[in-house]
Order: sequence, then C-alpha cells, then structure tokens
Amino acid sequence: MAAESAQQFAALEAQAQVLMTVFTKAGHEAVAPAVLQPADVFLDVIGESLRARTYVFTDPDGAEVCLRPDLTVPACRLHIARNADPATRAKYCYNGPAFRFQPQGADAAHPREFRQAGVERFGDREAERAEAEIIALILKALDAAGLKSWTLQIGDLGLLRAVLNAIAMPMRWQKRLSEAFWRPDAFRAELIRLTTSPGAAAKALPADLVAQLQPGDVGATTAAVQAYLDRNAIEVIGTRTVEEMASHLLDVAADVSATPLDAKSAALIESYVRVKGPAIEAGQTIGTLLAGSKGGTGAALDAYDRRLALLANAGIPLDRITFSAEFGRNLEYYTGLVFEVLAPGLSVDSPVAGGGRYDGLMRAAGAGIDVPAVGGAIHTERLLSVLKGGRS
Amino acid sequence: MSKLTLAIPSKGRLMEQTTEMFARGGLTVSKVGHARGYRGEIQGLPEVDVAYVSSSEIAAALKSGSVHMGITGEDLVRESMSDADTRLQFLKKLGFGFADVVVAVPAWWIDVATVSDLEAASMPFRRAHGRWPRVATKYMNLTRRFFGSKGFGDYRIVESLGATEGTCTAGTAELIVDITTTGETLRANGLKILDDGVILKSEANLMASNIAQWTPQLDAVRAEIVRRMQSTG
Repeated sequence: MAAESAQQFAALEAQAQVLMTVFTKAGHEAVAPAVLQPADVFLDVIGESLRARTYVFTDPDGAEVCLRPDLTVPACRLHIARNADPATRAKYCYNGPAFRFQPQGADAAHPREFRQAGVERFGDREAERAEAEIIALILKALDAAGLKSWTLQIGDLGLLRAVLNAIAMPMRWQKRLSEAFWRPDAFRAELIRLTTSPGAAAKALPADLVAQLQPGDVGATTAAVQAYLDRNAIEVIGTRTVEEMASHLLDVAADVSATPLDAKSAALIESYVRVKGPAIEAGQTIGTLLAGSKGGTGAALDAYDRRLALLANAGIPLDRITFSAEFGRNLEYYTGLVFEVLAPGLSVDSPVAGGGRYDGLMRAAGAGIDVPAVGGAIHTERLLSVLKGGRS
Repeated sequence: MSKLTLAIPSKGRLMEQTTEMFARGGLTVSKVGHARGYRGEIQGLPEVDVAYVSSSEIAAALKSGSVHMGITGEDLVRESMSDADTRLQFLKKLGFGFADVVVAVPAWWIDVATVSDLEAASMPFRRAHGRWPRVATKYMNLTRRFFGSKGFGDYRIVESLGATEGTCTAGTAELIVDITTTGETLRANGLKILDDGVILKSEANLMASNIAQWTPQLDAVRAEIVRRMQSTG
C-alpha cells in the first residue's frame, strides 16, 4: 500500500531512516536508482513471468518504459553506469518505491505500490562472508526498527548443483535440471524423462537427418542440416541460425544413446529436494545423503557450514534458521543462497525481508561479465504493520 | 422500464452472420434511423436496444457491464479478462467466426514440435543472442496464461497488431501466437503450429454480462432471446 495518510507516511519515513542509518553505518553508500526503467533491459533480465506483474507502458516518444518491480536490477544498472569495470567492489543501500501488478487484486498484504529498503554488495569474492554479513545486516536493521521476533528461512542453489554434480550424468542434464528447478512441475517432468526415456525427443526427429549428425562437430552437422533443409525445400526464416539448431540437435541426439538416469540417483535427487528442517540438522542430512556418491559432499556443503558458522559468530541464533531445499523465490535470477525473514502475524508468502545471491544478474543487465552479487531488501510497509500490530 | 442492451458486431462477416442467426430464430434485427448509424432494434422485442459495436469493444462492454448481452469471439473475451467465467455467462456457441489461437514457430525448426521442446531451445537461443526468444502477438494475456500453465517462462512478448505471421521473416520475433482457421497463411509464411500449441478453439458466442444491472423483467427478455437462439439448432 502507499501511505494513505500523512501520519502513516511520516511513520514510514521515520522507520526508513532507522533502517538506512544501520546500512550506511555498515559502510553502504545510499543511492537512489531511477524509478522509471527502460523496459527492454529490465524485461530481458526478469523474464516474462514477472513482466505480467510489471507496469510497462509506452512514453510519448514511443519508448517502452516500466515502473521498477524491485530495486535490485536498477541498482545493478546504476553500478554499471558508474564503473568502467563492473567487477569494481561496491556496497550500496537504498530506500524507495517499487511497483507490482497484483493479478488477484491488491490488498494490504499484496500492495501494488510498496517501499523497499535494502542493501546490495557487488564484486566481493569472499562469498559466504558477504552472504552472512548481508543477512546479519538485514536482521540488525529489523532489530533496530523494533522487530524482536522472527525466523529465517534459507535455501541454497549451490547445494542443488553439488547434488547433481555428485551423480554420474552428462553436464547438459545437470544444466537442464538446475534451470527447471524453479518450476517444480517442469523439474519433476524432466526427472521422469531422464529416468525413463531420455531419447524420446529425438525420436520425433527425421531419421535420415539424425543419421547424418556428426557428434562433436558442429560445422559438419550444420552443413548436414542445411543440406537436409535444401533437399526438403524448407526455407530458413528468422534470427535463429542453422548452426544454433545444429548444436542443439547434437545435444538432443546425444540423449538417444545415453543411458537413462538410474533409479537410485533419481531417488537421491528427490530425497534432497525433500530436505527441510532446522539448518544444522539439514546440513547433516545432506551430508549423509551424499556420503557414498561419486563426488562426495564437495565444496558446496563446506560453504553451507561455513556460512552458518559466520552467522553464529555474528550473534545470529542458529535455532531460528530453517533450511528448505525447495525454498525458492519467484524471481529466477538467484544463483546461490536465497533467504527470507518471516515475522509472526504475517503469512509465509508475505516475508518481511528477503534476498540472496545473483551472480548472473550483472551480465544480464549489460555488464558483459558475471559479477559476484548479494543483497537483501526489507518490505517496509509489512514491517511497519507487524510493529504496529504489536505482534512482534 | 429500462431496456436490455444487446451488442452485436458493427461490420463485416460477423455482423452478417449474426443478423442471419437472429433471423433463423425468428428475430429481425434492423438499424434504427440512418443506415450508417450504430443503434438498432429487434422487431417484436421493444425491450431490447441493439448497439452495433466493434468486436473487441463488445468484450470490454460485457466485462464492465455497460451492455447486458453481446455476440463476439471467445478469443477476444478471454484475452480481455482473466476471470471471464465469473464475469460472463456463455449462453450459446453460434457456429461461425471460427478461429484457433495457436502457437506457431518457423517450420524449419526441426527440433521444436512442442512447448517443452521450445523451452529446451530457449536457453541455447539466449546464450547465442543475449535475450529470450520473442513472441509476436496481439493476445498478450492468453499467451502469458497459456505458457504459464505449461511452466514456460523463457520468452519475451512483443505486441503485434497486424501481419503477425510476417514478423518471423521480418526478424522482429522468433515465434508467434495468432489466430488461424485453416493454417494456410501460417504455412505460406514458413510457420508450423506446435503439436500442443492450440491455446483456444474459438468461435462467436452469445454471452451475458453478470456485471450489468439485471431486473426480473430483463431476465425474462433474456430468456426469450436465448429460447429463440436455441431454436436455431
């Protein structure tokens, strides 16, 4: 909700000052990225699912612009505009409005206009330390504003990658499973496909073409595909190239001769996806799951443990942290840690704060390279309503 | 008493077929006043005001309840509201104005026959071009809802208000969502429909708005119109 009275506006402003003071004292520069963003860059980054919740319009010059649906992408763009080298280390904080269309209708818990106060840290290569510091800083700001009772929920895409990596399967399958992870139905379907008939998609391809594909040789395969199209008088139209299709066809065709994923590995993946519980026990459970596997528990679980230790050092009670393997955000750009802070009186789909790691976002926003990035934001109206309700 | 407003298409084949359909039910629809005007009446049903409106505006008028009943394509209605089944009552499919809303990709994309293949091809496309494949369409909402229901989100919509089937050749989109009856135009433009790419099989419908103001008298008029239309088979 937008502040509906001068009194509420004043209360929000006062609260924002408290939050921003915590952020700036911790060395974060206060910035105010543009509210109006070029739709093109923004929508290429966030994908069509969030576009349906983004206010996009055409300005009098015919340019497509949008009202920012969050401040993370605008902060990335601001960082890129300022620094010739986008990997330059920087710590930013902000407080300002964001806008989201609510398809089920806007209400107090799902406002279409709300104010976010948050922090972003770019270019910091000590991943777990940066993550623990961001979480601790968000919790410190919440505490300063008066929130005493909370629980922290975390997820970790690095662990998913470690689980997939620990199982004998082609790299392209690992990639597809991690990409499908955000969509539970697609993930399950992909897992079933890999365990039953990984080559099914190739069976729909013309047999005479499949016979001419040259594994490992995109150039020769491209020529074979072009010859096939010429023979059948199929015209190539559009921006996709024959070479692109040839290299995709090689992936598809490779699945024909691939051994299906064994049931034990599929069961391991499913067991991992079901892991949910207190953070320390969850780590032990995952360690046990992976103990006998090819790759062992690997660096990802070490990182998980190290992050928890750093949080404990920062004074965060670990018994208030829950891990869930399936825990995700509806923003697909997170690449590692994901977290949300839940407050009593608010439902689980209305977290009072959230954030995580998104190392691929800077590239998508135009930096040309991946840049380590981690951040978090507080939903300030929700925070105020929890504090006003005296439920904290 | 207040009148029942019935919106019917203001031009083209859809208007002719609508008039014929009413005639088969024994209802003569005619314009009032000037032949180029936009008001009409039904002989023998003085409680009905006929409004000649463009097809897409009929959808909007039914949505807001500014007309009681209307005839237009299901595609336009579903595109203009996500909650059509609560806002409207679909009273009768009329057997004309057929149009399938479909997903079509370049025919030479041998590796893409289903939405799931499309998803598999999207990520390599993005790696090569730095952006998601673009979908040209005037059915932005139907497209989002359909792909959303299939768990496919790796695309960008570009709005296209005409000659959508030419956008792939022109290089302004990679695939399209558009209406087709025979598929001939799609084929002529080097496109093919995905095996699971039929979003909606649409035709003209007689519909009533639940948002409009109804009275017992108007309910009776509506029942009479429906009865006459049912009798057309």
